[in-house]
Amino acid sequence: MPNPMAERTRLATAGAHAAVVGNLGKQPRGDVWRGNLFLALLLLAVVLALIGLIALIVQSALKGAPAFSMDLFTEGPSIVNPETAGFRPAIIGSLYLIAGVVLLIVPLGVGAAVYLEEYADGDRWWNRLIELNIQNLAAVPSIIYGILGLAFFVRGPLSLGFVVAAGSLTLALLVLPTVILAAREAIRAVPPSIRDGSLALGATQWQTIRRQVLPASIPGIVTGVILAVSRALGEAAPLLLVGAATFVTADQPNPFEGGYSAMPVQIYNYALQAQDEFKALAAAGVVVMLVVLLALNSFAIWLRNRYEQQW
Amino acid sequence: MEARSSIEAARAPGGRLDPSRPLVASSPRWGERLIQLSLALCAVISVATTTAIVISLLVPSIGFFGEVSFGDFFSTDDWAPLTADPSFGVLRPVIGTLSVTLWSLMFAIPVGLCSAIYLSEYASPRVRKLVKPILEVLAGVPTVAFGVFAVTFLSPEIGKLFPEFIKTPPFAAGIAGLAVGLLIVPIIASISDDAMKAVPGGLREGAYALGATKLKVATRVVFPAAISGVVASIVLAGSRAVGETMVVLLAAGKTPNLTLDPGASVQTMTAFIGTTATGDVAVGTIAYDTIFAVGALLFVMTFALNIFAIRLVRRFREVYE
Repeated sequence: MPNPMAERTRLATAGAHAAVVGNLGKQPRGDVWRGNLFLALLLLAVVLALIGLIALIVQSALKGAPAFSMDLFTEGPSIVNPETAGFRPAIIGSLYLIAGVVLLIVPLGVGAAVYLEEYADGDRWWNRLIELNIQNLAAVPSIIYGILGLAFFVRGPLSLGFVVAAGSLTLALLVLPTVILAAREAIRAVPPSIRDGSLALGATQWQTIRRQVLPASIPGIVTGVILAVSRALGEAAPLLLVGAATFVTADQPNPFEGGYSAMPVQIYNYALQAQDEFKALAAAGVVVMLVVLLALNSFAIWLRNRYEQQW
Repeated sequence: MEARSSIEAARAPGGRLDPSRPLVASSPRWGERLIQLSLALCAVISVATTTAIVISLLVPSIGFFGEVSFGDFFSTDDWAPLTADPSFGVLRPVIGTLSVTLWSLMFAIPVGLCSAIYLSEYASPRVRKLVKPILEVLAGVPTVAFGVFAVTFLSPEIGKLFPEFIKTPPFAAGIAGLAVGLLIVPIIASISDDAMKAVPGGLREGAYALGATKLKVATRVVFPAAISGVVASIVLAGSRAVGETMVVLLAAGKTPNLTLDPGASVQTMTAFIGTTATGDVAVGTIAYDTIFAVGALLFVMTFALNIFAIRLVRRFREVYE
C-alpha cells in the first residue's frame, strides 16, 4: 500500500510541474517580441560605435590617399605648396618629445607605484590624499596641463622657453597617472607569498622589491608605459600652449633651444588650412599616426597576454 | 608592510622570550630608509602637480579679477576679451562648452549604455573578447584625428543630408558634439560594463526564478543595481567632453554664439584657451590673463565632476567586492 504522505508529495510535485510548464514554459508572445526588439536596439548601438571607428579609419585613408608619398616623411611643412609639404620636422619633434617623456615617466611612475603598493599605509590620510589626487589628475583636461607647462616650465621657475624639454615635461606630467595606475595594478598582482618567502630568507624590503616584486611585474609595467606613450604621442592640446604651434623647418631640434613641432600639432595646422590639398595632407598624417598608435597598442596588449603570469 | 621587516621580539635558543636581543637588523639600514624616502618623493610629485596647476591658474586669475569684477565675468554675456574695448562676460564660452557637451552626451549615453548592457548581459564570451579590444582601440585614437574626421567627413556629409542644418559650414556645435560623442562612447561603455559585471549573479538568478524575462533582468535588476557606476561613467565622460580641445578647435568654430542650437557655431572655453594662447596676444596684458581665468573656471568645473564620479565608483566597489 502506497504511503499517503509520499502520494501527496508526488501529486503536489506533479501539480507544481504542470503549473510551471503551463504558465512559464512558453513566454508570452509579447515578451518574446519585446526581448528581441531590445536585443536589436543593443546591437544597433554596438554597430554604431564600430561604424564610427571604421568610418574614421576608412575615411582618413581615402581622403589622405592623394597625399601619400615619401614626401610625407622627407619634406618640411609649407603653407603654400601642398604638393611638396610633409611632416619631417613634426615626426622628429615627436620622437624627441617621446624620448623625454619615457625618460621621465619610467622612474617617476614606477617609483610612485612601488611606494604606494609596498610602503604606504593605506589608512593614513596623506596616502589616501595621494591616491585620490592621482585619480583626479587622470581626468584633468589636457589643456590644463598646457597651462601648467606654460606657467612653470616655459616661463616661471624653470623658464626653459618654448623648447622640446618643456613639451616633454608637460606631456610626462599628463601621462604620469596612467603609468602609476598601471604599475600599481601589476605590482598588486604579485602574490604576497612571494614577498613573505623572500623576507623569511633574510632579504630586506628593498631587496625583496628589486629582486622579486619588480621582475615579476615588468610585463604589466611595460604595458602601462607603452599605453602612456601612445597617449602622449596623440596629445596636441597641451603642446599648443607650450610652443609646438609654429611652422618649424629645422631638422634637429635642440631639446633646450629653438622651436619644435609635433605630429598631432602639424596635423591640426594642415587641417586648419582652407585648401583641400592641405586637408588631404592632414588626413594622410592621421593615417600615419593611427598606424603607429595601433602598432604600439597591439604590441602592449600582446605583451600583456603573452607574459601574464598565473600564480 | 613595515611590521614584516622588523620582528619585534626574539626568542632565545631555549624558546623563551629574550627581550634583551630583539631580532631586528643589526645596522640602522640607512640605505633602505633613503630608498623609501625617494620613492615617497616620486609619489608626492602627483600632489605637487596638482598644487602647481592650482598656482598656475590662481596667480594670473587674481591679477585678472583685480581689473575685471566677478559680476562682469560671471553674469554678463558681452564676450570680446581680445578687442580694443574689451568685455569679459564668460557666459558665451560656458554656454558653448555646455552645448557641445550636451550634444556629445545625447549621442554617447544611449550608444555607450546599450553597448555596455549588450557586452555585460547578452554577448557571448567570444563576441566580448572581440568587441572590447575594438572599443579600447577607439579610446586610443588621438583626438585630433576625430577633429579632422569631423571637419572633413561628418560636416560635409551631414550638410548634404540636411542642407539647412549647418548655419556657417563647416562649423557647428552638433558636428563637434557628434565627434566628441564618438570619442567618449568607450568611457561610458567600459566603466558601465565593469559596474554591471560586478553585480552578483545571485541577483540575476533570483529574478529569473521569479519568472522575469531576460529583458526585465537586464533593465530592472542589473541596471538599477549598477546605477552608481553607470552615473559615474556618464559624469566622467561629461568631464572629458567639457575638457576636449582639438575637436572643438577644428569643428565648432570661433563665433561665441549664445545658443544651444546644434547647427550654430560656438566657441567653447577650451577653444578660447587654445586659439588665444597660439595667437599673438602680448604676455602680461589683461587679454592674456583671460586665458588663465577661463582655465581656472574649466578646472573647477571638471574637478567637481571628477571628484563626484570617483566617489560614486568607490561606492559600487565597496558594495559588491
